[in-house]
Amino acid sequence: MGGDTPGDSHADAVLTEQDFRAHWWPAVASVTRLVGDLAAAEDAVQDAVLVAMAQWPVQGTPANPRAWLIGVARHKALDAVRRDARRREKESVALREWREADAPPPGPVPDHDELGLIFMCCHPALDLSTQVALTLRALCGLGTAEVAALFLVPEATMAKRLTRARAKIRDSGIRMRVPEPEILPERLAGVLRVIYLVFTEGHKASTGAVLVRGQLCDFGIDLARGVRRLLPAEPEVAGLLALLLLIDSRRPARVDAAGDLVLLEDQDRTLWNQRMIHEGEQLLERALRTGRPGPYQLHAAIAACHSTAPDPTDTDWWQIALLYGELLRYEPTPVVEANRAIAVAMSDGPAAGLAILDTLNRHPQLGGWPQLHIARADLLRRLGRPADAIDAYQTALRLPLSTAERNFIASRVNQLAESPRTGP
Amino acid sequence: MKYLLLLHSPDGAPVSQGGVEYAEMFAAYAAANAAMASAGVLVDCAPLQPVASSTTVRVRDGRTIVTDGPAAEIKEQVGGYTLLECADLDEALKWAATIPAALTGWVEIRPVIPTPTPS
Repeated sequence: MGGDTPGDSHADAVLTEQDFRAHWWPAVASVTRLVGDLAAAEDAVQDAVLVAMAQWPVQGTPANPRAWLIGVARHKALDAVRRDARRREKESVALREWREADAPPPGPVPDHDELGLIFMCCHPALDLSTQVALTLRALCGLGTAEVAALFLVPEATMAKRLTRARAKIRDSGIRMRVPEPEILPERLAGVLRVIYLVFTEGHKASTGAVLVRGQLCDFGIDLARGVRRLLPAEPEVAGLLALLLLIDSRRPARVDAAGDLVLLEDQDRTLWNQRMIHEGEQLLERALRTGRPGPYQLHAAIAACHSTAPDPTDTDWWQIALLYGELLRYEPTPVVEANRAIAVAMSDGPAAGLAILDTLNRHPQLGGWPQLHIARADLLRRLGRPADAIDAYQTALRLPLSTAERNFIASRVNQLAESPRTGP
Repeated sequence: MKYLLLLHSPDGAPVSQGGVEYAEMFAAYAAANAAMASAGVLVDCAPLQPVASSTTVRVRDGRTIVTDGPAAEIKEQVGGYTLLECADLDEALKWAATIPAALTGWVEIRPVIPTPTPS
């Protein structure tokens, strides 16, 4: 997340909640540490943001906006705790703890609290989609209505889901803390997966509020930057950040004027953001030098092979095939193997790729995966076996496909049926 | 805080006492429980008799109704419980994973609502 912006007085500037998003993560962490409750912390930060939106345009932005927000949010949270304590006519634990912590003014938010907050929101005892929603709300400062729009559910449904998640955190004893070293790797993998999901949500441009979706890629990158700052020695964190930067560098070329997706090989590569590519490559290089490889570093290395090719024909497919082979050690899935087959086909010719796909095709569970048949059909077509290619396309058409994919296959089948036989 | 761990095992023939398998299982549980006890987190633990031995009680309109067996037909059964006193869920999760039931069945972790014990 971004650092403090220097104090600046805009007498009549209109502030929106967006102007405060960079402060949410540390602010919620600070207040959660103070009152020991995520729900109360989020409410207090929300209240502080509302006060700032009303006050700053009139009185000027404070010299240290983040410290101001955190200070106000802490007061709001303590007021709420006191009201609650009076209502219950007994002193709550939170209030007693606060008296001890009240004297020193809040300094900068400690790293372990910021880290603890993301580990809390991404705790495996919460459902994965809930982890994503909670991270967007508590760390990125997205409003409940916006989170609901992203998940395509009514706001009330999302509000209920978030309330249940915060209650589970409180009642089941999920604490804001950095996990013990022995479970840190798996918990960190969980955090990275949530960040990756936040980012990839931003790529699904077809549904939901498009405006917010564009921002999701930024949120994903901000979150990855935040974790990278807090855990600078973890190569997989750097690998994830590198991957997101390399993918996002293509954002200006991903969609054409009509709003349709443009495939990687058809993109105008002069539109790619070279600054992001450079940063991604630097991060990746440093991560790989640690000698502790992992899936995100490998995915980033594959993305980098595309980024460094000025023209699709310059792509180092041999290297990509090797990297997919390495990736199989971490993700032994047919998707990765099929991607490897495609890279092998590009590097060593369609026959070599087809041999791998045919092995996959003999696997009983993979017969129902349409992408396998589409990839086979394409290689058969390039091998000059139109009849076999049509067969493979027809097999794919019997499986569930999107309309766009169906149209694409139908046009390919027509081409193959009309063209004279060129193969042996 | 306190956590009640419910040790679920898939419904199947109970391991007969006295066999090698029973001795191995007994030793595995004893080792897990000893580790929890020496870490100071174990409050109480015990295996339970099979569901066949259970009896259900309901009080309706002042009348006590006793029926044979569990209240509902269930595929799996709770074969035992472990009560832990842990700092947080992560600590409870760590110990739950050491219980043999987690290998063959599963362990459900239920946080206990803190209430004053009647004296």
